[in-house]
Amino acid sequence: MTSTELPVRPAAPVRAARPSRGPGRPRRAARPEGNLTLGESRLARGLALAVLAVLALAWLLPMAWALLTAFKSEQDASDPGQWFLPRHGFTLHGFSTVWERGDLPLWMLNSFLVSAAVTVITVLSSAMAGYAFSRTVFAGRRWLFALTVAAVLVPPQLLIVPWFRQMLTLHLVDTYAAVILPQTVAPVMVFILKKHFDSLPRELEEAARIDGAGHWRIFWSVLLPLSRPMLAAVAIFVFIGAWNNFLWPFVSTSDPGLMTLPVGITSVKDAYGIQYAQTMASAVLAALPLVVVFVFFQRHIVKSVATTGLGGQ
Amino acid sequence: MSSPHASPRTGAPSARRLLPPGLLFALPFLVLFALFMVWPLVQGLWMSLTDTSLSAHAPSFVGLDNFTEALGDAEMWRSLGHTVWFTALSTVPLVAVALGMALLVHTGLPGQWVWRLAFFAPYLLPVGVVSLLWIWLYQPDLGLLNHLLEVAGLGPVSWLSDESVAMWAIVLTTLWWTVGFNFLLYLAALQAIPDHLYEAAAIDGAGAWRRLWSITLPQLSRITGVITVLQILASLKVFDQVYLLTKGGPNNSTRPVIEYMYDVGFTGYRLGYASAVSYVFFALVLIASAAQYAALRRREK
Repeated sequence: MTSTELPVRPAAPVRAARPSRGPGRPRRAARPEGNLTLGESRLARGLALAVLAVLALAWLLPMAWALLTAFKSEQDASDPGQWFLPRHGFTLHGFSTVWERGDLPLWMLNSFLVSAAVTVITVLSSAMAGYAFSRTVFAGRRWLFALTVAAVLVPPQLLIVPWFRQMLTLHLVDTYAAVILPQTVAPVMVFILKKHFDSLPRELEEAARIDGAGHWRIFWSVLLPLSRPMLAAVAIFVFIGAWNNFLWPFVSTSDPGLMTLPVGITSVKDAYGIQYAQTMASAVLAALPLVVVFVFFQRHIVKSVATTGLGGQ
Repeated sequence: MSSPHASPRTGAPSARRLLPPGLLFALPFLVLFALFMVWPLVQGLWMSLTDTSLSAHAPSFVGLDNFTEALGDAEMWRSLGHTVWFTALSTVPLVAVALGMALLVHTGLPGQWVWRLAFFAPYLLPVGVVSLLWIWLYQPDLGLLNHLLEVAGLGPVSWLSDESVAMWAIVLTTLWWTVGFNFLLYLAALQAIPDHLYEAAAIDGAGAWRRLWSITLPQLSRITGVITVLQILASLKVFDQVYLLTKGGPNNSTRPVIEYMYDVGFTGYRLGYASAVSYVFFALVLIASAAQYAALRRREK
């Protein structure tokens, strides 16, 4: 369904509606925050900068150390006498060994497939449920929503054992489906999106309804386009969660060909524990995708955490 | 679709009564929810009343035996204690350091991009990477931390193999890994404080400290409550980094209750007993949630 078939034209009202939403979120550049909170004292500014720089260095140090190790030879990495700079120069040997072993790219691909599937299913099903709870009437709606909200309290760790039993019964152990499906239930996202839909003005849909649009069209062509920033925030949040999820993928896969990155990379640690340069090379490669994404989409990720991180509280 | 004949109101009224559009919309979620949350919750409770095992014998009903065993199980209580101890140790720095970072970054000093990257990037690392990194940093002979201690003229520390240090090392790793999340929440809250409060204070001649104590911190008190609650709930669920850094050791001195559940169920094959342990853990989470809800309510009154 493309927007050209639309009986209503939400484009104009959508743009008009946007700036009026999200009060209290002005552009950062326009705010003279420094002067407001810190004062003009040079000493105070210098002190704050020094503390901040020390903290940032401390936080970057582990990553810098991993990077340094990854570019050393095994011999230099495990040389206690020359712990900072390598005796024999830097090398890419660690990286090439790890990459040629071939499992790391596979785990990255698995992680990507699993996280993408979890994100698509979660966002779509949660948005539809959020719409149902916000905009429609049906028997049992309040009761089901109350149940959904209560389920926010259930820690996924509680369900590991029954999930595993379930996958045994369904003969799904060691399949993508087993890794993906249990991760797609996110009551908190339904709650967040329901609250979000509640906050959207109803006039637009009224116009669409008068033109004969059904629920699906109102949902898909009016509300979803209006909700793009919110959907992006939820999607980023779900994706990062799935990308970093460990316990369930760890329990539900034993086939190395199906492992996700966090699970696979630690299985190598057990096998090649002493090879520090290689281990750090694999850690650096494994860390790269999301850190690169963050560098490019920092603003979106920061916003995603700020809007969904509180779980709609 | 917009022609009057296809109007949904005229189509098959009985089917519509059976499956109203709202229910249809909620259906994909409800099916997943029923299959992978409600049913496992019920099945877990049922399993906790049986001697279900990973080995092939048919489970039989054992009543509350698993629960009475769990309540008398010293290892279960010990692991529950480790979970609570980790939560107590990790929550304070994870909230306080995040607040400090956010206050400093929010002063508008140059380099915003770098600060955010430095503090938040670790949160984006998969736990597998975090644990590899910190095992290397904590490595007794070659690790960076002991090298730095040596430079400072101090003796080496057995970070992960000394019972009196291991839990602190796990807390330090957790702080490094996840503080960026709370940092971003605080940063967003700081940006939402209205400017006019500061402008009024500036006119009254309030200094930087005065403004911090009289405006910024009071304005942040609600979000601090919420972040603390979320942090406690997150810390109670600790498993990944402990399992990967120490496997719960040395001598199970860091094993959290979720790892005990995992060990009992997947290493010991006793799924029924593991379910009972997981429901004891759930009771802990519910008690913590109820206490925090009550505390937040009281503060807001």
